[in-house]
Order: sequence, then C-alpha cells, then structure tokens
Amino acid sequence: MSTKPVTGTEKRLTDRQDNWWIEPLFTVLSLGIFGLYAMWVAWNRQHYEFGPYISPFYSIPIPGVHARDLDWLAISPAFLVLWIPLGFRATCYYYRKAYYRAFFWDPPACAVPELRKSYGGERAFPFVLNNLHRYFWYLSIPVMIFLWYEAIKAFFFSDGFGIGVGSLIMLANVILLSYYTFSCHAWRHIAGGCLNCMSKHKTRYNLWQRITRINESHGFWAVISMFSVWFTDVYIRLCSMGTITDFRFF
Amino acid sequence: MSTVTFKVFRGDRNGGELKDYTVEVQEGMVVLDAIHQIQAEQAPDLACRWNCKAGKCGSCGAEVNGKPTLMCMTRLDTIDTSKPVTVRPMKTFPVIRDLATDVKWNYEANKKIKPFTPAPGTDWIMFQEDVDRVQEFRKCIECFLCQNVCHVLREHDEKTGFIGPRLLVRTASLEMHPLDVENRLDMLKNEGGIGYCNITKCCTEVCPEHIHITDNAIIPLKERVVDEYYDPVLGFFRRLFGSKKRAEPSGQAADD
Repeated sequence: MSTKPVTGTEKRLTDRQDNWWIEPLFTVLSLGIFGLYAMWVAWNRQHYEFGPYISPFYSIPIPGVHARDLDWLAISPAFLVLWIPLGFRATCYYYRKAYYRAFFWDPPACAVPELRKSYGGERAFPFVLNNLHRYFWYLSIPVMIFLWYEAIKAFFFSDGFGIGVGSLIMLANVILLSYYTFSCHAWRHIAGGCLNCMSKHKTRYNLWQRITRINESHGFWAVISMFSVWFTDVYIRLCSMGTITDFRFF
Repeated sequence: MSTVTFKVFRGDRNGGELKDYTVEVQEGMVVLDAIHQIQAEQAPDLACRWNCKAGKCGSCGAEVNGKPTLMCMTRLDTIDTSKPVTVRPMKTFPVIRDLATDVKWNYEANKKIKPFTPAPGTDWIMFQEDVDRVQEFRKCIECFLCQNVCHVLREHDEKTGFIGPRLLVRTASLEMHPLDVENRLDMLKNEGGIGYCNITKCCTEVCPEHIHITDNAIIPLKERVVDEYYDPVLGFFRRLFGSKKRAEPSGQAADD
C-alpha cells in the first residue's frame, strides 16, 4: 500500500515565497564558468608562468619536473594534475550537495519538487564512485605539497628574496586550498571519526576536534578556494601577457 | 493590531483544499497562536497536533509558506504577512485530518535498527569525550521535519528501502556509542538505504534542535559504510587478516 499522502501540493511547484532559486543559479553559473575556464586554461598551454610565479593549474606534482619541460607532450601538462583536484572536488561532500541541487534538481532546494520521477541516489554507477572520495584526498596531499613549494618559490625572484603581489596571492591561495583539503569529511573520519572510544586515542581525538572545527565551514573553504585558484591563474596570466604589472614591495 | 489571511489546508487522506481565515495578529504571535485563534473563533473542528508550545515536544510540525517548520517556533514577524500565509500538513506523511498527519511509519522503520548492545560484563564508565558526539544526537525531539523534507521520502516515497535522516541519526547515536558492540553497517547499506542519501542537507536546514544531521551523523555513517564495503585497500586487508571484532569479552568499551 502506498503511503503517499494527499496535501494538495501535488500539482504546485512550491509554496515557498523566498528566493530559493538563487543558490542553485549561483552554483550553476560559478561551477559552469569555472569549468569552462579551467578547460580553456588547460588547452591554452600559454601564459601560465611569470617570473617565479606559476599558475596552480600547471603545478605538476612530480619532483624536478616543470610544466615547460613537458611541451613535447601531445596533451597539455595541466591534464597531468587537473584530474586530481577535479576528482577530489567532484566527489567532495560539499560539491555533491551543490551539484545534486543545481544540476540534477535532486532537489533544487528544500521542499521544492523535483523534475524527474526516478531516483537511485548514490547506490549505482556513476554516483556510487563518490564513495572513493578518500582516495582523491590521498592523491591531493602531494598536490598540496607541490603547491606549497611553488608558493614559497614565489618569494624568490631572479635578484633574490622579495615580496610581490603575486607572491602574496599564491600564498593566500595555498592557505585557502589547505583549509579546504584538511577540512575534508573523509580526512575527519580517517583522523578520528572512525573511532568509538575517543578517550583511548587522545592524539587522534585532538586532531579530530581540530578538523571538526574547520570542517563546519567546509562549504565556505570549498567555494573560496575555487575562486582563489581562479584569481591566482588570472593574475599570473595577465602579468605574463603584459596586461598588468606585478607590484614588488621589495 | 493588523489582520492577516491564513490559507489552511482542510481535508483528510482522500484530499482537501486550502480555506481562507482572517486573523487579527498581535506582536509576538507565532503561527500556532494564529491556528489556535482560528480554532477558537472560526473553525472549532480544525485538527492540529500540539503540546508544549516551546519547540520541545515536536508535535506541531507543518509547512508554513512551503517551508517545513514547527508552528510554535515560527513567529509571524519573520514571515511576509502582507500576502496570505499558507499552512499545510507535512507532505511526506498521510493526512489524518487537516494539519494532523500519521507518522507511524517512522516507528515501524525504527524497528530495523538493532537496539543498544553492550558487551557482556561491560564496565559502565565513560568519558565525556567518548559521548560528546552521541549527546548531540540525543537532542532530537522526533518532530520528523527532517523525514518530511528529505526528498527521498517526500518526492520518491521510498519508504521501504530507506529509513530517513531521523533514523540515521538514531543509528549514528548507537554506532558511535563507546559501549555498544553491535554492527549496523549491513542494515545501513541494505534495508537502511544510506546510499539513497545524496547529502543535500535539507534535513539539517529544517532541524529545530540544530543537530548537524548531515555532517555529524549521515556523512560519518557513510564513511563507515565505505570502510566496510567500498574501500578496496581496507577490503584487501580484511581478507588478509580478518575483520576486527567489535565485542570485547574483557568487558571494556569496544573500539573499532
């Protein structure tokens, strides 16, 4: 027997009077435009470095290998790194919420009816692969190490140590990316969430508490770090093209 | 004092319609006050469940202007009363009459969850850090607003293969309990249907007790299900060394 109730809402879109459509619209626009921009940057293979600065899209996580050494490759060297953050973000619990709501309307907003009748959730291919989020987190660690290496290198110009606007932008970018990476739900589980008796594992409990504190804003770090990657690439690109001049504090 | 029009659902499980009532509202009134005024002055047969009027009994759940909420916690000065205010029963559950719904399915689904099971001869000493997480889940007042707003139950009527956020919170409170040794991961993956949840966080948004349902209960449970069923490396080690048993005959609290 179906327990489907009758409340007179069946034929209505929603009774909600607030602007519930703003959030999914923002997600579609920001993720859509960023996705297209990232593809263009990856195919473009130009203007990805300026002085000691290198775009995060071209920070190759292989020791001793610079993107410009890989010009001989048929595909852009950006693709050697991009699949990791792409996979990490695509399987991220925050982004899952964002794209299920905005792109699949599953649902578009709370208590707003959906468009499609069938729904399988994350039990079947392809969405069951979201369960492998932790593996993309493991892969993101070397990427983060190399991004930190590139950010520190951005303070060492051809004439020695210095601070430019680009150095600070790259530093801010890697800090925001670190907050995003280390506020991950999968990492929170691995670090201590999987335990039942926290009192027996004081170190892991302390670590879990710290992760929990930044995990509460995981969505914020996810969005702000995406925009910081975007902004960092745009800044370095414009410097490289000669459109703007990088200001050196000293 | 001003007058506000309320469109209140009147009907039963066979159907119904919205009926207009005009209410004189005063400062500080909540939606439940307006419904009581309608009952007192215009429609004495209007059915509505309520008890504490303090957001603690979880009885007066309804949909005000399309948003699932407790009527006793929804002040009229927080909603636009220049337009008619719509009040409907919770959509996910069958209507008994007017604003009263039949929520017994939740208690039936609850039977799928194995009860609290301590190890034999348990030493009943716990530390605060062991029960911090579980205490958050104990704040639940069982208003079932999370069950009502969950699109798996609301839109897809998946009431056989999915237990919903409230019961996932209850499962989390048992699974994370330091003295419990039962394993509910198989239930979660199969008849509990945790894979149906796609983390859209509506349950968290409507919770009147502000329980972080998704972040603190559902996602940690999903990660435990991943440990058991989807992580190929952990699966390899499990086959190699066997599963860790949760029950400890020593009577000490079990750990995983």
